[in-house]
Amino acid sequence: MTAETGLAALWLAAALAALQVLLGVLALRRDMPQAVGAIRAVAIVQGALAAIAMAALINAFLDTDLSVALVVANSHSMKPWLYKFAGAWGNHEGSMLLWVTILGVAGAAVAKFEHRLAQPTLVATLAAQAAIALGFYAFLLFASNPFARLNPAPADGAGLNPLLQDLGLAFHPPTLYAGYVGLSVAFSFAVGALVTRDVGPAFARAMRPWVLAAWIFLTLGITAGSYWAYYELGWGGWWFWDPVENASLMPWLAATALLHSVTVLATRDGLRAWTVMLAVVAFSMSMIGTFLVRSGILTSVHAFAVDPRRGAFILVLLLLYIGGALALFGARVGTVRQGKLFEPFSREGSLVANNLLLTVILGIVLIGTFYPIIAGAFDIQLSVGPPFFDSTAGPIALLLVAVMAVGPLLRWRRDEAEALIQRSFPAIAAALFAGVGVFLLGGPIGVLPLAGVALAAGLAVASVAPLAKRNLARAPLHLWGMVIAHLGIAVSLAGMAISTAYTQETLLAVGVGDPARIAGYTVRLEGVRPLVSDNWSALEGRLAVTDDGGARFVLRPQVRYFTTPVTTTNESAIATMWNGQLYTVLGALGDDGRWQLRLWWKPFVTLIWLGGAMIAIGGALSLVGHQYRLWRTKQRAEAFA
Amino acid sequence: MKRWLVWLPLCAFGIIVAVIAWGLWQPADRTVRSALVGRPLPDFVLPAIAPGKPGLTSADFRQGSPRLLNVFASWCVPCVAEAPQLLTLKAAGVPIDAIAIKDTPGDVSAFLRRNGDPYARVGADAHSRVQLALGSSGVPETFVVDGKGVIRAQHVGDIRAEDVPQLLQALADAK
Repeated sequence: MTAETGLAALWLAAALAALQVLLGVLALRRDMPQAVGAIRAVAIVQGALAAIAMAALINAFLDTDLSVALVVANSHSMKPWLYKFAGAWGNHEGSMLLWVTILGVAGAAVAKFEHRLAQPTLVATLAAQAAIALGFYAFLLFASNPFARLNPAPADGAGLNPLLQDLGLAFHPPTLYAGYVGLSVAFSFAVGALVTRDVGPAFARAMRPWVLAAWIFLTLGITAGSYWAYYELGWGGWWFWDPVENASLMPWLAATALLHSVTVLATRDGLRAWTVMLAVVAFSMSMIGTFLVRSGILTSVHAFAVDPRRGAFILVLLLLYIGGALALFGARVGTVRQGKLFEPFSREGSLVANNLLLTVILGIVLIGTFYPIIAGAFDIQLSVGPPFFDSTAGPIALLLVAVMAVGPLLRWRRDEAEALIQRSFPAIAAALFAGVGVFLLGGPIGVLPLAGVALAAGLAVASVAPLAKRNLARAPLHLWGMVIAHLGIAVSLAGMAISTAYTQETLLAVGVGDPARIAGYTVRLEGVRPLVSDNWSALEGRLAVTDDGGARFVLRPQVRYFTTPVTTTNESAIATMWNGQLYTVLGALGDDGRWQLRLWWKPFVTLIWLGGAMIAIGGALSLVGHQYRLWRTKQRAEAFA
Repeated sequence: MKRWLVWLPLCAFGIIVAVIAWGLWQPADRTVRSALVGRPLPDFVLPAIAPGKPGLTSADFRQGSPRLLNVFASWCVPCVAEAPQLLTLKAAGVPIDAIAIKDTPGDVSAFLRRNGDPYARVGADAHSRVQLALGSSGVPETFVVDGKGVIRAQHVGDIRAEDVPQLLQALADAK
């Protein structure tokens, strides 16, 4: 019965989304203020119905309801419950339903909580949000029905891709989607403001928390995804410039630029047209990202097999929404009045530089990701990989870090170069000290890693500089947020540079008892034993590790065999030390009775994800700080009234 | 902001849509083929990496008789699988040179000790630059190069026993 409940909820939600668009158009055309209450209510119910549909699908997966085709294709009665739960979105239809659910719930939240926006703009925003949702409801109902029945019901399901049977996956896509879809709100705000010609600081202040929240989720999602790929795929890397990784990076780059420009608009009334543009671009990147993953035109571990009809459907949605928004932008941006002006050499100026550099990186990633398809159009088959991205995006990212270090040290409106050099002296000294130190003591490591280490040190010092000479207890929360987020970038960058420069790797065939050496550790294969779990069996190697200091511990990498569907995965075993990770992967058994063993020593690699977490925490502090200040201002106003 | 500039994003988006639409209606061929088949090898000079063997330059392929160019790495598992076939080819009198991708001398010599050594020359391509120039997308890959340094055929993936006759045929055709 639950499948029918879900399908009914989905149809109703679609109908309400259509009503919401209609109400929005009527309210704006006929100038009916009484429609505002109605459109808010419709948006809330629409979000609730989408959530009910998602809950129904999750329920069908938890019960392993084998009359539902999607459950049969992607689940199995023997699977642990957590993976049944995650299995609800570990497939094409379910992930699209999750997407539209988050979209609907975000729209409901705007309707419920947004009170700062001018009413016509709010109406236009909610109508735009419903229009986006409507397209995706149509996609689900006409091209990818997650609730389709299968008759007769088979005896058991087919399972879930074993690579996806991991705790990380249960929460990675929802986090990323919350980020993607959070940007849909910014997009709807931008469309709303363009429709009502109301781009200004008030609009920016209303939009900022949404951008910030989406950006926090994207940051978390990318960080978690990177760590998941690192320990689950067993290849020892943390970023591969895979099209799907790029699909999450591109919205993040746009959202980062938007986050900074929306702050300029909210506080200094500058960068009006640019902010609106970025809001449109950021969500466009989310949609293009979804499209890349779902259409299957690019091969990737993430791409679920999808027929071209669905690809064509999403392409039409892309054309309608992004094309429509960009056309609206082109037509209306002339009516957006210019904001306040500022000197190029100022805090605003550095934020413009930050925006331009982020946009350039975004352009590089976009071109690199699409180039294979473009080349394919001319019958040239090629792939664009890490060497291209590292050598093009890398230097610009380092330049961006330099701007990032200097930016917060600049004054608003205008500043003097001499004063700036004085203020940034500690940061420059730190960068030089770290750079020269690594150069003299660390051996040859290449230009980019060396620059990375030096800039990370400089950025770390520059990041905390805004807190210097302040009463730390009274420094506003959003300032702490910025400091911690920027410090997180420095920490991540240091991790990337050091682990890239000093990683040691060895692959060898070992018999039981043979010692292997890497980076001061002696690894000895003590034995291999079979293991059986609910839905897989495995061979587990027992590696006794001794370090030169005499400490001993045991690592247990596995080769797992899944039966439904038949697949083998290599589960790495990782030991985390304060100064890095020892990463071990057990390979195949050779004809000579020896096992393939792959060992990596990755110094300070954990800093990459620690930094990612700090960036997200910084964002969260900033969000809480802004909201708290708003709440306190309101409290005071009420106390005086 | 200049008037026409505001339409730039829409134009860029139009290009993306056109590209996607094109990609969508193409039959998918997932193997990455080198565009260099039928063209001369790009110029390269690679240092030696295997003990007692010279490094590899593109000039080595212009000596008048066809050769195989095998792209491999000691860390690559399918490369172990194709090793017996390379030895078979060598036994049949085929000269084989190799490019080792992202490798170290110790690992390469260990690999050759374990799996047999079919190579006349081995060049080290530490950063995959030559590999990319060759239009090769992974390891292992094997190119048939004629006596004038022109690439005549490409084999993507490991060489199975059933591929050996085809490669011998391609080498005969290249003469």
